[in-house]
Amino acid sequence: MPKSSTRLTVRKTYKLFIGGKFPRSESGRTFVVNGDNVALASRKDARDAVVAARAAFGGWSGTTAYNRGQVLYRIAEMLQARRAEFKALKVPGDELDAAVDRWVWYAGWSDKIAQVAGGANPVAGPFLNVSTPEPTGVVAVIAPTSLLGLVSVIAPAIVTGNTTVVLAPEPQTAITLAEVLATSDVPGGVVNILTGRYPETAPWLATHADVNALDLTGAEPGELAAELERDAAGTLKRVIRPPAGSSGFDADPGLRPMTALLETKTVWHPKGY
Amino acid sequence: MTVTATTPVDLRAFLHGLPGVDEVGVEARAAMLATRSIKADAKAAAIDLAVRMVDLTTLEGADTPGKVRALCAKGIRPDPTDPSCPSVGAICVYPSMVPVAAAALAGSGVHLASVATAFPSGQAPLEVKLADTRAAVAAGADEIDMVISRGAFLAGDYRAVSDEIVAVKQAAGDAHLKVILETGELATYDNVRRASWLAMLAGADFIKTSTGKVAVNATLPITLVMLEAVRDFRDRHGRQVGVKPAGGIKTTKDAIKYLVLINETAGSDWLSPDWFRFGASSLLNDLLMQRSKIATGHYAGPDYVTLD
Amino acid sequence: MFSYAPAPESRSVVSLASCYGLFIDGAFEPAKDGGTFPTVNPATEEVLAEVAAAGPEDVDRAVAAARRAFTTWSALPGAERAKYLFRIARIIQERSRELAVLESLDNGKPIRESRDVDLPLVAAHFFYYAGWADKLAYAGFGPDPRPVGVAGQVIPWNFPLLMLAWKVAPALATGNTVVLKPAETTPLSALFFADVCRQAELPAGVVNIVTGAGGTGAHLVRHPDVDKVAFTGSTDVGREIAAAVAGTGKRVTLELGGKAANIVFDDAPIDQAVEGVVNGIFFNQGHVCCAGSRLLLQESVAEDFLTALKRRMTTLRVGDPLDKNTDVGAINSAAQLARITELSEIGSAEGAERWSPDCPLPDRGFWFAPTIFTGVTQAHRIAREEIFGPVLSVLTFRTPAEAVEKANNTPYGLSAGIWSEKGSRILAVAGRLRAGVIWANTFNKFDPASPFGGYKESGYGREGGRHGLEAYLA
Repeated sequence: MPKSSTRLTVRKTYKLFIGGKFPRSESGRTFVVNGDNVALASRKDARDAVVAARAAFGGWSGTTAYNRGQVLYRIAEMLQARRAEFKALKVPGDELDAAVDRWVWYAGWSDKIAQVAGGANPVAGPFLNVSTPEPTGVVAVIAPTSLLGLVSVIAPAIVTGNTTVVLAPEPQTAITLAEVLATSDVPGGVVNILTGRYPETAPWLATHADVNALDLTGAEPGELAAELERDAAGTLKRVIRPPAGSSGFDADPGLRPMTALLETKTVWHPKGY
Repeated sequence: MTVTATTPVDLRAFLHGLPGVDEVGVEARAAMLATRSIKADAKAAAIDLAVRMVDLTTLEGADTPGKVRALCAKGIRPDPTDPSCPSVGAICVYPSMVPVAAAALAGSGVHLASVATAFPSGQAPLEVKLADTRAAVAAGADEIDMVISRGAFLAGDYRAVSDEIVAVKQAAGDAHLKVILETGELATYDNVRRASWLAMLAGADFIKTSTGKVAVNATLPITLVMLEAVRDFRDRHGRQVGVKPAGGIKTTKDAIKYLVLINETAGSDWLSPDWFRFGASSLLNDLLMQRSKIATGHYAGPDYVTLD
Repeated sequence: MFSYAPAPESRSVVSLASCYGLFIDGAFEPAKDGGTFPTVNPATEEVLAEVAAAGPEDVDRAVAAARRAFTTWSALPGAERAKYLFRIARIIQERSRELAVLESLDNGKPIRESRDVDLPLVAAHFFYYAGWADKLAYAGFGPDPRPVGVAGQVIPWNFPLLMLAWKVAPALATGNTVVLKPAETTPLSALFFADVCRQAELPAGVVNIVTGAGGTGAHLVRHPDVDKVAFTGSTDVGREIAAAVAGTGKRVTLELGGKAANIVFDDAPIDQAVEGVVNGIFFNQGHVCCAGSRLLLQESVAEDFLTALKRRMTTLRVGDPLDKNTDVGAINSAAQLARITELSEIGSAEGAERWSPDCPLPDRGFWFAPTIFTGVTQAHRIAREEIFGPVLSVLTFRTPAEAVEKANNTPYGLSAGIWSEKGSRILAVAGRLRAGVIWANTFNKFDPASPFGGYKESGYGREGGRHGLEAYLA
């Protein structure tokens, strides 16, 4: 068949990612980013995303660490496979490699973090006393713009069993990543991605009583970030503050991105015949 | 109330259905109660009560009629210099010494307890144990301290243990039956609770911790578990059963801890020689010395209380 | 009948001055404006002493002293800091009788608890963190962990000296300096601790103590030169502090309120469970953030358990905190008594059935009889709000899943209890409870090696153990 020189490209519609599906904003709004009409998330989308994240929390946090590691490694595989799409979005090759490698790094942490962050405590008495890290719950994330930044905030949150509502300022990259997640055995609702303007939606998440933590890594340090932190104080959310300098995400992340979203549970039991 | 009509399976199911005992918890509770500070009038009253609860005991191969007579005299009048000092609850001897003790105690109001049933091991044929019991009662004992077959209990043959108690109870007639669980050999608090219930269901009038002849004798937490058992048994069956810790209780301080345990576990109904006894020998002299300290205001010495 | 004669601990082991100053830069001094407030013995309402009320300028001076001391203290080799802490621990052991009596006088808690629980744990905390001071590189927070700076610490009145130890010991071990504000109603043991620091020859300014009311604490946590805020107290104040430090970059840990479920399954070791429930709610008059204030009983044993619980409650000895046989002492303050009274009246008004043993209460002082409410549901305020007193709300459940659901149905998440002899059930339930400390077949156990802290609105951060170092390391 002769190749038609007049064939039109089929474009991608950039929608939101909520509960494993790709809905439009309930508000019907879009905004233009690099020529694409991108869904502009509303506060009600944020609300729906929290519901999806909460619904997914029990299952995801209850699955085995081994299983979560498998899923994260699958994400790395799928991201590797979709390099071309991200390249088309002008993500540099080095960063793309680093993003894949970061998923792999965190995949390996799934069944080790509890051994590093928890353990038996030698209390002075006839008791077994064990501390175990557990996921905080639903984490609202103001994500950085870069793909590596995005991966660097989502991966440490979900590897330990948290579920997330991610406000992504760079819609095409974020939604393409959502497509990776959607094909990687990540249960629906574990990662929810809202594109749009975080100053509009973030306050709704910062004050939402069913959100347990707020990651401001992608927020500009300043009055808005402070205001969001104040909002979060209303229900005593755990807050990851915006980094002071723009150090990027190339360095070894260390444990803090994970431990900041972990609770330590300590269980006592007597030892006797 | 006995369970003689029930099948072995029922008895096992019942005993294993009793609530468990958490070792750390029960020991912590006993240790906390041991911190009670009993002073002044309360202490004086507690000492006299403890004297009245003593089963003054001699269970030696070397026991002679002379030794037993001396012990009886001591039991009747523990402090010859003080007529206000009460008599002990009972004198406790081997069956062979019962006739001597019966004569010495006649008319004193002090009870006469005899160990029986092949004390302390219990390793004799049932007929021998029953004969032992009948002989002691016939010679004048009004309390019988029998031992259970720990081997049968640990082997799970609860029916055999129960049947033996029932038989001894029958052989003992009107004499009060104290059933020695030998808790040191039962090893766990769960077993102490089960053995307590088994003995009570089989007709025990008292449950007693120990023979005094093994490594672990009476302890506060073991006695606490037994006090809970008699308390709960009365709630369920309406019959009150006494408790007797024996072995290793040597000081007034120890004895008062037991009284506190009774007071805050089974309750004041058990604060009586009818329902609580100490199986002891050296305890009595320490009680007497403390008694003298309270009366005189200065510390007593062993030369001022009588031997035996 | 066996009634115990009074067995009072001697008050003479404590000599109280009529007036106490602030402890700033190694010396006691009055507040700048001369302000003072009285601290009273809640068991008698007798004024124990007048205590300086620190104003903003006093707090500023204390923070400045801590900042100056930070330079040298943080530069000391860890092994040297350790030895100061070991000294402090030893001095506390040596003076524990005096400090226990003082704590009971100022707080109202029974001497048995201050003597057997508070003081041993205080010394143990200093021993524990002393040992960390030269081993921080091995704690898992990076190869060269650094102190944060000046810590502003605000502590509550329920365990005055123990909360001080929880805060001060890890801060000092990690090389930080401290400005600590004790609670308004219980300032004395912190001021005696200042004297312990003096005896240990701790360098001036490493520990500063500013006494005062809420305003003093508010000024301290907002102070721009405070790098790290640690607070133990109510969730409402915790919220205010979290909001106040927002945007400042200050490190914060908050240990706040709770409404812990104590879950009794039908296979529980009943007698120990009764003890655990009693200890869970009547320990320290229920003035315990992790108190087991909601009893969840499996319906099949609820009636028997309640009978046993009530019988046990009749043996609780309420009265003179200095009597060695007292189990339940005085309510810490008139304000707290009013709060407990109000919530209890609400419990009755909402239809729950109220029961207390027949126990005579002293005429003077602040007292509240041990109380249980039965017939409580999740919809009752007494099942949701922290009462912080000797008041237990009793609810029932039918299945383990229902127990977990009810236990988690609260904005708090500090602690919980599980009573069962079935290991797999304990582990399953412990895994599903959203709380920072789970006591299975025990309750209200504390240890310096054991991390403590909450989920959700019970706060964040952990105190105790290796985890407790993190908040004080950059």
